[in-house]
Amino acid sequence: MNAAGIIFSNLHDRHIPELTRVRTMASVPFACRYRLIDFALSNMVNSGISNISVITHNNYRSLMEHIGSGKDWDLARRSGGIQLLPPYITAHANSSNVLYSSRLDALKSISQTIHELREDYVVLSDCDVICNIDLEDVLRDHIAHNTDMTMVVKRLPVITDEEKSRVIFESDSEGRITDCNVRPQPGLREQNVGLNIWVITRTYLQRVVQDAIAHGYTSFTHDIVARNASRRNHRIYRFNGPYGDMSSLAGYFKESMALLRNHASWDALFNIAQRPIFTRVRNSPPTKYSDSARVKNCMIADGCRIEGTVENCIIFRGVRVSPNAVVKNSILFEDAYIGADADLNCVVADKNVVVRERVRLSGHPTLPFYIDKSTML
Amino acid sequence: MYKKKECVAMLLAGGQGSRLYTLTEHVAKPAVPFGGKYRIIDFPLSNCVHSGIDTVGVLTQYQPLVLNEYIGNGQPWDLDRNYGGVMVLPPYQGKKGGDWYRGTANAIYQNLHFIRRYDPDYVLVLSGDHIYHMDYHQMLEAHKEKGADATIAVIEVPIEEASRFGIMNTDDQLRIVEFEEKPPKPKSNKASMGIYIFNTDVLTQYLIRDEADENSAKDFGKNIIPAMLRDGMKMYAHPFRGYWKDVGTLDSFWEANMDLLGDQPIFDLYGGKKIFSRNSARPPQMIGASARLSDSLITEGCEIHGEVTHSVLFGDVRIEPGAVVRDSILMGNISVEAGAVIEYAIIDSDCTIGAKAKVGKARAEGGKLTVVGAETEISPKQRVPDGVMVAAGSVEYKKEG
Repeated sequence: MNAAGIIFSNLHDRHIPELTRVRTMASVPFACRYRLIDFALSNMVNSGISNISVITHNNYRSLMEHIGSGKDWDLARRSGGIQLLPPYITAHANSSNVLYSSRLDALKSISQTIHELREDYVVLSDCDVICNIDLEDVLRDHIAHNTDMTMVVKRLPVITDEEKSRVIFESDSEGRITDCNVRPQPGLREQNVGLNIWVITRTYLQRVVQDAIAHGYTSFTHDIVARNASRRNHRIYRFNGPYGDMSSLAGYFKESMALLRNHASWDALFNIAQRPIFTRVRNSPPTKYSDSARVKNCMIADGCRIEGTVENCIIFRGVRVSPNAVVKNSILFEDAYIGADADLNCVVADKNVVVRERVRLSGHPTLPFYIDKSTML
Repeated sequence: MYKKKECVAMLLAGGQGSRLYTLTEHVAKPAVPFGGKYRIIDFPLSNCVHSGIDTVGVLTQYQPLVLNEYIGNGQPWDLDRNYGGVMVLPPYQGKKGGDWYRGTANAIYQNLHFIRRYDPDYVLVLSGDHIYHMDYHQMLEAHKEKGADATIAVIEVPIEEASRFGIMNTDDQLRIVEFEEKPPKPKSNKASMGIYIFNTDVLTQYLIRDEADENSAKDFGKNIIPAMLRDGMKMYAHPFRGYWKDVGTLDSFWEANMDLLGDQPIFDLYGGKKIFSRNSARPPQMIGASARLSDSLITEGCEIHGEVTHSVLFGDVRIEPGAVVRDSILMGNISVEAGAVIEYAIIDSDCTIGAKAKVGKARAEGGKLTVVGAETEISPKQRVPDGVMVAAGSVEYKKEG
């Protein structure tokens, strides 16, 4: 595929402050063994994109550790491969010498990298797009219609307040974008919700970024998509597979738990032939279930030792659940230790949490109890 | 110019492992899957890495495809190095003709040029068919301290079993005074583990001499070690304490897998240094609402809706509701359909066990180990009696007679 990829690692950090206090949105753990960026990366790699830049902002140590050389995504390449672009302030970004705060500012700050791209097309993706999408098909559609920019959208109702951060794209019957609507009013009607995945013709991207620098534009949606809609060919591409993103800890919890309830969407995310989701290898042994283990309806990574009762849970690598401990409706990140006779319900435990014997904790599905990284209770 | 290495490891991985029968039909013994996500060769390779040895020659001969592909550039073991790393060494054609490896000593002899380019002081010879954690560095230190010409790792075995091994008789300084291959009346219980450290020049000299001897079987145990003893070379035993298991037979292979289970396993994958292996991208395990798991190792990619007891499951195994798996090893990519029962069996990769089929007989009821070769389909309601071995690739197993 004659395309390069650009991923934004931090744009949505503020949505889940609990989980992004020590990491980027891109490196938020998800589904037992993944980090959110694995979906964007795997989608690109599975579609033949092998030159990917990740724009970072802050807190990106965990992201660097996760990506490493890029080997696990087959992105340790002599030419291309993956490169993390650490934040730096350029004259192009803005005049106030602060780091970017919007998507367009982020692109402006890497205008040099964008300028050096040689691929004919560029795929832009946010890091919190939980889906398994065939980007080659998006690109085919893009080329077939001689498009400048293609937005991937999904028909969804915008119901909750949380979903207000979404952008709605109005299009004509041919799929050409006529308008975009930021902060839409909630309603039951299904609309074209932007999934924050775009295909852009490279020369057009270079031009709009230069244009944005020249004019001091700051909003990708307003200043690029809406402003140019009448003059340029901006189109939508409809994606029908399961898609998730989240804008709060409760949303994160809900999105995670949905994987346990809906096996079809699980398969559409993880079990598509030739389109696996890649992640960093940790070399854990297989998970060990003891005689006393009682496990029901769970997703469990390798490297765990389960001796207690675990129901409706998402268990990351290296977790230990001691005998007689009961963990229900919870998410336990890497290397959590749950002591004997502990009782947890609706808990999100960050990495390396230790819950000692007989500790009882309960949150609620709408307000999960969050335990900070490396806390001992 | 190659960088000098203190010690280079030569891993003998060419054996067929014929006593594993169908399991080694298409793969060499060191590439046989073990312990849920490993292959046998991961153990010596990981031991090398943890012992600070970064140059390993892997001598292959029998069915090398899977093994070659598995080792690749050595990245999973951190052995993709600019100087050294892991190198697969198959037999080759030279100017004076080519030859298969005719024994363990001949295999190393044919690759002396590989050893020479790193100019090592010591050569560590390993075999690719044992499961154990060992720090070869300690053994090397002992070798140097004693000023030995050769050091052989030994493990104490029960004296009544000693006649199955190569036995080292030593003096109280652990210097080897006599070597007996499978003695009917063993004088000691120090069994050779097939792990040797040689001074490079001594090894080279003996390999060249042995090669010239037409009557030699070109074998370390039969020829090289006895010849060195005859010449009075300084050879020491290096006692090893810990788990060490030859997985050369189906029964010992099954046992070694079961040794990983239990609250206090005989061999703990969670204790000691991590064993590295090549991992593929698989989703997490999905344990369904009707699943019952007990005393088992289960790997990523599995989907469990049935009952699994005292078993080892490799990746991508699917157990449907009502299916029962007990005392068994299920290698990768296996479907066990609803209501099927598997007792005391080894199922090789890419098999389907049809609905309500029954494979094997409970161990508690005196059943014998049952083996189903790779890429086999057992049709629904079919019965595979215990003790039977279904050859790999049987499209459909039909009861004979």
